[in-house]
Amino acid sequence: MIAIIKYNAGNIRSVQNALTRLGYESVITDDPETILSADKVIFPGVGEASSAMKYLREKGLDKVLRSVKKPMLGICLGLQLMCDHSEEGDTKCLGIFNAAVKKFPPLDKVPHMGWNNFTNIKGELFNGIDINNDVYYVHSYYAELSDETIATCNYIQPFSAAMQKNNFYATQFHPEKSADVGAQILKNFLSL
Amino acid sequence: MLKKRIIPCLDIQDGRTVKGINFVDIQDAGDPIELAKRYVEEGADELVFLDITATVEKRKTLVELVTRIAAEINIPFTVGGGINTIEDVIDIIKAGADKVSVNSSAVKNPKLISEIANEFGNQCVVVAIDTKFDGNEWIVFVHGGRTPTPLKTIEWAKEVERLGAGEILLTSMNNDGTKSGFAMDITDAVSRAVNIPVIASGGAGTKDHFVTLFKQTHASAGLAASIFHYGEIPIPELKAHLQNEKISIRQCL
Repeated sequence: MIAIIKYNAGNIRSVQNALTRLGYESVITDDPETILSADKVIFPGVGEASSAMKYLREKGLDKVLRSVKKPMLGICLGLQLMCDHSEEGDTKCLGIFNAAVKKFPPLDKVPHMGWNNFTNIKGELFNGIDINNDVYYVHSYYAELSDETIATCNYIQPFSAAMQKNNFYATQFHPEKSADVGAQILKNFLSL
Repeated sequence: MLKKRIIPCLDIQDGRTVKGINFVDIQDAGDPIELAKRYVEEGADELVFLDITATVEKRKTLVELVTRIAAEINIPFTVGGGINTIEDVIDIIKAGADKVSVNSSAVKNPKLISEIANEFGNQCVVVAIDTKFDGNEWIVFVHGGRTPTPLKTIEWAKEVERLGAGEILLTSMNNDGTKSGFAMDITDAVSRAVNIPVIASGGAGTKDHFVTLFKQTHASAGLAASIFHYGEIPIPELKAHLQNEKISIRQCL
């Protein structure tokens, strides 16, 4: 079973729809036992960092997410909340990735919205994917590059398009909205 | 590099596309899902569904349609038309739309923009601006371009950005339906005046109109309806042309 974390963020249904299209059953849940016993965990999110973290702490989900042993995939705000700290609302995050989340300087259109590619891709998440493939991004904050960066995107400046540490994976882009390329990346995660 | 986006717009009435067409392998051209899937396969970068029914009793049909679209479509899509309250927005977003577009209702009640942005984030709010050049300056129109307002287009664009809009869909009423090209001056002026993406709409008739749009303005995307519906410009051909013209666009797998 795949657990999709239920919290006060959007696009959760889009993630479930994408999994259904790939033939996988999933549950949207905030129940710690269900999350910890799932084969895969997906931590989606479109929203605001401080209110999302507040909600996760109130529900005790911050500790639950840190203790997941099976492969977990953060998406968009999910990636940012897995970092140490976000400038959005000056928020202490989950601290899974050793990176800070910062706001894009207004040197170009913000949000970074639309299709963009990535470079320096590493690991199983990108099997069958190459650096000319585009994926869909929409965000105003970005995770800085770190040792855990497994794909780099360049918009205004280079940032982490994807990150990985042990069983924790995350993408800044939305694989569930990235057509066939995104479907392949989700399949790669689900086959881990 | 961030790609320029090509966005087909589908007009919806009572859950059906209004201008159905003759794609060879589409069984039911009036079915928005069939048409939308076709556009996705052809390489559309996003879709906009504009509900022109806009009567209360038909809203349920729209929400059901959005649920079906979200289940089938794996690229982002926007839903607009007759969205007046935050409750309308909640229904549409919960059904699976990525963004909503507001137009007349935002002019009437600008706070709606902030309400949506606070509830779902700026990226969720597209403000559609219908504009017309009155011989002297560009003015905002509402009610499908029928009613003038006192608002100046550039000032309104800056205001909606300040209120929390994530994107502007700018339609030139002077150009809409003419197939004579996008309104270059106002599109460039608005896209320079704000720091959020601007989608240009109205006037697309040839592939070169998109080339000019992307070379001569700061627009992030071009939107069109009839040239795609009637198969006048197939999206793969348009994208190949843009690629030849060195405009950065998305290639499909």
